[in-house]
Amino acid sequence: MAGTKTPVERPLSPHLQIYSPMLTMMMSIVHRVTGGALYVGTLLLVWWLVAAAAGPAAYADFEWFIGSIIGRLILFGYTWALIHHMLGGIRHLIWDNGYGFGPEEREWLVRAGLIGSIVLTVLLWVVGYLVMGGPR
Amino acid sequence: MGLGKMSTPLARVRGLGSAKSGTEHFWRQRLTAVANIPLTIAFIIILMSLMGRSYPAVKQILGSPLIAILMLLFILSATYHMRLGMQVIIEDYVHHEVAKLSLIMANTFFAVAIGLASAFAILKLSFGV
Repeated sequence: MAGTKTPVERPLSPHLQIYSPMLTMMMSIVHRVTGGALYVGTLLLVWWLVAAAAGPAAYADFEWFIGSIIGRLILFGYTWALIHHMLGGIRHLIWDNGYGFGPEEREWLVRAGLIGSIVLTVLLWVVGYLVMGGPR
Repeated sequence: MGLGKMSTPLARVRGLGSAKSGTEHFWRQRLTAVANIPLTIAFIIILMSLMGRSYPAVKQILGSPLIAILMLLFILSATYHMRLGMQVIIEDYVHHEVAKLSLIMANTFFAVAIGLASAFAILKLSFGV
């Protein structure tokens, strides 16, 4: 029965800008951002694989790029995004099952995700450089 | 009509909501998320073991059956997962109908192109020529 009357001015529910930032909120945002970054980052993955399939000249081009400062920075960022998104995904699967919503558990979970992603990324790169000689 | 108060719960459920796909999106997002955990770990291990190796070695390792199968599974699951995720981002932020539908189509094209190109490359490395 609403007809075509002008809509009533209703109060809007509070949105992002009304809250002071919380770690759980920031981690939720970063989860989406890393997902988007990984999406674009698949271009690097497909370049690597197609170059390997195409031949030594194409592969040398890829190696040149990934070995450059910019290439290494992108790869470092990609590593962190991948691990952060994976740990965030595990946290969301825990939450999907109804666990870890308590005020202490949820803070513990996001902290573990953030610290874990940084530690694991640095660890992988240290191992990469020390044992394998790094990307080239 | 038919989906209002006069319809039975069965009729409503057959409509599968406004997206007409029910919980399929949600479910496949979780399915691929779970699959991505071991496959991402495998992918990272493969990448680490290929670091600093020469082109012929990389080519040979990527083309070996176990590595190729793990890479194919990772790529299939990851590209499907990222297509679902990007669709949600588009639906959340793009409200102009034509732009939204165009981006959702482009999203599928991108995910399929990335997935197929990667899969082709791995198969070529596996079967030679």
